[in-house]
Amino acid sequence: MIEFNKQLCIFLILVVLFALPVSIPASEDTTQHAVNEEKFNPGEFIIDHILDAHEWHIATIGHTHISIPLPIIVYSYKQKQWHVFLSNKFHHGHQSYNGLALITEGELKGKIVEVDELGNIDIHAQLPLDLSITKNVLQIFIIIGLLLWVFLSVAKYYKENPSAPPRRLASWVEPLVLFIRDDIALPSIGHKAYKFMPYLLTVFFFIFFANLIGLIPVFPGGANVTGNIAVTMVLALFTFAMTTFSGNKSYWMHIVNAPGVPWWLKIPIPLMPIIELIGVFTKPFVLMVRLFANIAAGHIIALGFFSLIFIFGSMHWAGGYGISILSVSFAIFMTLLELLVAFIQAYVFTLLSAIYFGMAVEEHHHENTH
Amino acid sequence: MPLVTPGIGLVFWMLVSFTIVFLILKKFAWKPILKILKEREENIEKALKAAEEAKLEMQKLQANNEQILAEARKQADAIIKEAREMKEKIIAEAKQQASIEAEKIFATTKISIENEKNQAMSEIRHQIAEFSVLIAEKIIRKELDYEQQKTYIKTLLDELKLN
Repeated sequence: MIEFNKQLCIFLILVVLFALPVSIPASEDTTQHAVNEEKFNPGEFIIDHILDAHEWHIATIGHTHISIPLPIIVYSYKQKQWHVFLSNKFHHGHQSYNGLALITEGELKGKIVEVDELGNIDIHAQLPLDLSITKNVLQIFIIIGLLLWVFLSVAKYYKENPSAPPRRLASWVEPLVLFIRDDIALPSIGHKAYKFMPYLLTVFFFIFFANLIGLIPVFPGGANVTGNIAVTMVLALFTFAMTTFSGNKSYWMHIVNAPGVPWWLKIPIPLMPIIELIGVFTKPFVLMVRLFANIAAGHIIALGFFSLIFIFGSMHWAGGYGISILSVSFAIFMTLLELLVAFIQAYVFTLLSAIYFGMAVEEHHHENTH
Repeated sequence: MPLVTPGIGLVFWMLVSFTIVFLILKKFAWKPILKILKEREENIEKALKAAEEAKLEMQKLQANNEQILAEARKQADAIIKEAREMKEKIIAEAKQQASIEAEKIFATTKISIENEKNQAMSEIRHQIAEFSVLIAEKIIRKELDYEQQKTYIKTLLDELKLN
């Protein structure tokens, strides 16, 4: 489902190639590139989508890539200066620009590297600091724009009609806000929940919106934001930082000297404190991995179903058509499942964050039981 | 593997943009929304409580009203009864009074009638006596002369003296 247009175009190309035998020798004769295009590599195709990119690929018609060039913001350690330019200067990795090149193959795929005067990749030079507005960054900006538009207008509605029942956007937002407050924050954190509500709401709606937008196959959506480990890492770091900074005395006491645990687990080898300390870091780590793995896997499975069409199609044209029915129905099913997953993962991340905050601010009154 | 290696650029932008959106939403969206939601809930709760109280009050009032009504009815009944009694009493008294008065009037009337009658009788008697005297005079004047009169009177006087 994701990047549907891209697949549709490849599919159409294949249809044209098989239906019009005349065009086959023509395309075979042209370039090496065309041969590569014809040979479909599902692994590469899927990973290309899952990873970040310096351009927003929309479609490939024939051998022309239609994509939105994105700004490259790079600090070159070798040249000791900042470079800001649009990614179309690289011509999809075919050219170097300002002593920089975009790698399209191999281990450094998608990375920007230094090149020497001859245009060869400078292996010894340190990789430049890449702060480009990549596809995922732009997608994050789009999500944030959407978040701001939705919730600022909802806030405006509430300010204007404080006692009126919610209407339009507010009626859509209110059940979710109440759900987060009454079913996530209040049971997990207790009376201190209101302190954490803004963060929980922001993180919930960010993940939820990002997941949903990730399911849209064409331009304003489709990037694999929440299935990117950098994004989930930042989210998990926020939760970690908030848990750590709001941890009260009893939270730290539980880590250093857990009550109700036999003394020989603490002295002479501080087994329990070590385990507890590891737990402090594994909690956000698990948050990071769970969200990333779930969303990335969803994208991979959906793309896998589409890849099947082209794998079978490359064997025989009838195979492609035949399997497409099955693949599309499975992909539709997966997309519907992903709609559910989009909500569940946002919910789980928020719920676990709330539980960690609850642990950090909980007041323990027990003496010898745990 | 690039899949599990966080890109520094994405981490940077995510950190910056998420922080900004968090702060903006916190200040301009979540705080007012949560505040208004809480206020609304409190208002609803208060209104429900007030309605419940009003209902109870109403019930109490209704019970009160009924009581008052019943009391009023009782009072009215009592008043009516009293009035009836008074009426009867007044009527009875009036009747008694009237009969006494009537008797009194009757008695006085009787007396006065008697008196009148007596008076009339005596007057009649007097009149009759006068008339008789007159008639007698006239008759006598016709039949008796002076000498006869004188003797008659003389006898009469004698009779008187004898009596």
